[in-house]
Amino acid sequence: MLTLLFDGIAYGMLLFVLAVGLAVTLGLMNFINLAHGAFAMAGGYITVLAMNRLGVPFLLCLPLAFIGAALLGAVLEPLLYRHMYAKPHLDQVLFSIGLVFIAVTAVDYLVGSMQQNIRVPAWLQGRFDIEWVGIGKYRLFIIVVCALLTLVLQWVLSRTRFGSQLRASVDDRRVAGGLGLNVNRIFLLTFAVGSGLAGLGGALGAEVLGLDPTFPLKFMIYFLIVCSVGGTTTITGPLLAALLLGIADVMGKYYAPKLGAFVVYTLMIVILLVRPQGLFARAGGGK
Amino acid sequence: MTAADGLKRNARWRWWEFALLVALVLSWFVLPGQALLLNEIAILALFALSLDLILGYSGVVSLGHAAFFGFGSYAAALFAKLVMPDPWVGMLVAIALSALLGAVTSVLILRGTDLTRLMVTLGVASLLYELANKLDWLTGGADGLPGIAMGPLVTPFGGFEFDIGGRTAYAYTLFVLIVCLAVGRRLVHSPFGYSLQALRDNRLRAASIGLAVNIRLVAVYTIAAAIAGAAGALLAQTSGFASLDVFDFHRSAEVLLVLVIGGTGYLYGGIFGAIVFKLLHDVVSAWTPQYWNFWLGVFLVVLVLVGRDRLTKPWTWWKRS
Repeated sequence: MLTLLFDGIAYGMLLFVLAVGLAVTLGLMNFINLAHGAFAMAGGYITVLAMNRLGVPFLLCLPLAFIGAALLGAVLEPLLYRHMYAKPHLDQVLFSIGLVFIAVTAVDYLVGSMQQNIRVPAWLQGRFDIEWVGIGKYRLFIIVVCALLTLVLQWVLSRTRFGSQLRASVDDRRVAGGLGLNVNRIFLLTFAVGSGLAGLGGALGAEVLGLDPTFPLKFMIYFLIVCSVGGTTTITGPLLAALLLGIADVMGKYYAPKLGAFVVYTLMIVILLVRPQGLFARAGGGK
Repeated sequence: MTAADGLKRNARWRWWEFALLVALVLSWFVLPGQALLLNEIAILALFALSLDLILGYSGVVSLGHAAFFGFGSYAAALFAKLVMPDPWVGMLVAIALSALLGAVTSVLILRGTDLTRLMVTLGVASLLYELANKLDWLTGGADGLPGIAMGPLVTPFGGFEFDIGGRTAYAYTLFVLIVCLAVGRRLVHSPFGYSLQALRDNRLRAASIGLAVNIRLVAVYTIAAAIAGAAGALLAQTSGFASLDVFDFHRSAEVLLVLVIGGTGYLYGGIFGAIVFKLLHDVVSAWTPQYWNFWLGVFLVVLVLVGRDRLTKPWTWWKRS
């Protein structure tokens, strides 16, 4: 029971790191980016290829995945995404679905459609027991890394100059620009960091979630659930939503395997029916 | 000229609408060898038509319209298998059940933002996908329902068996398509249709001048679901097969693309879009069968970057937007 809870938390933390970039894009630019999973996939593939073909150690691969995905985001943002912010949501959806299709087939073409395996180093394999709770070492590693990331993110957002600039731009883009903030540069940086985080999540999750070219499609709905249920105005909203989703998914699959992903979808629909702005949105903060 | 005259003139049948209908009927006589492909196009066109009612006329963005398509498909297949093989009765049952599903799920799209609606529609489609996957004693699970035997198509001219060349099937599909087109046309030129466009353009204002917004959304969503269900039923009945594929995310994305290619908000976009889409698919698949999705993606990205209104208006290509 507690082991399940633990696995659920690890899963949820992973989802949070994967989805937090999407939450920022949504909240900041009001842009529905269905292609977010593509950046996560890029991170995952960078890790797999670097480890298996070049023999780069696992711990070094993680920052590589972050940088790779962030660079990809930094290139695509001014090139493609920036033109999309002002368009209607239908256009954004079509555009990002197009990107997903491109990413899926491109990876299929370049690497192949089989499931990629990743071998985590020996000191992260296996599990140990505290009392009667079985704890997988790799899962613990995920939780620690993700928790650290969350703290850093929270600190950057609430304590640094960049964080306050970002929050100002989220609240009112025009006024922020009028006050002399370079909103475009803030967007670019944020988008790159969000993509990088997704890449890191993809690298961390390659072992747990599995990695194949359909990754962006398979997990798209999970990312979107995190953002729509958690709301996009805070960091803690998506975090709690991701944990809830992770735990519900793991428990649901364990206790009622026949129902499959049922639990999660039903939960989402019910939550959105009761609170369309998300569970943790500020009152009146809906866009 | 009064306002009523203006509306009446808008609702009048245009020459190109007649031409299109004649062309549709003629295609059955002129291209007998292509009946299978034409049948697919007509089904896709009908599916896109139903999406146009909610997207083009009411402004509801849906990423899970395949839910109704798939539901109609399974309903028709199961009805033929378990109750009776008559296509007409099966069609009516599928339409009724899809409409019921539409009415139930329409509650979900009334509240929230575009994102919430996207999520909820996507969620409903995924839920049904899982349902069809897990209820394998009824739906055959991942294997689907192969080999549904349909009875002959009873018409005033006698009964026709569904043949291997698909001519009966195409005639049947064309008939349903034209009926739905006529119904849709009547609908969007009625006061109800105009009120839908009003609430699409500005929901708050529409509510302020006394339109009951929610009841209209429920009604149009239900009708669109019924038509999508009819399209799904056509697919199951004419191919004798229903599989999980009908609920897939690809379907919802595809129909959105078809509608956007043809243009939203004038009812015929689905037909033109379906023709272009299927022909494009045929050409690209013959050239590089595996990577059709790649070119589809490129096409989508370019389409949106250029601006989807300009695609069908070549005279604006060289002007700055």
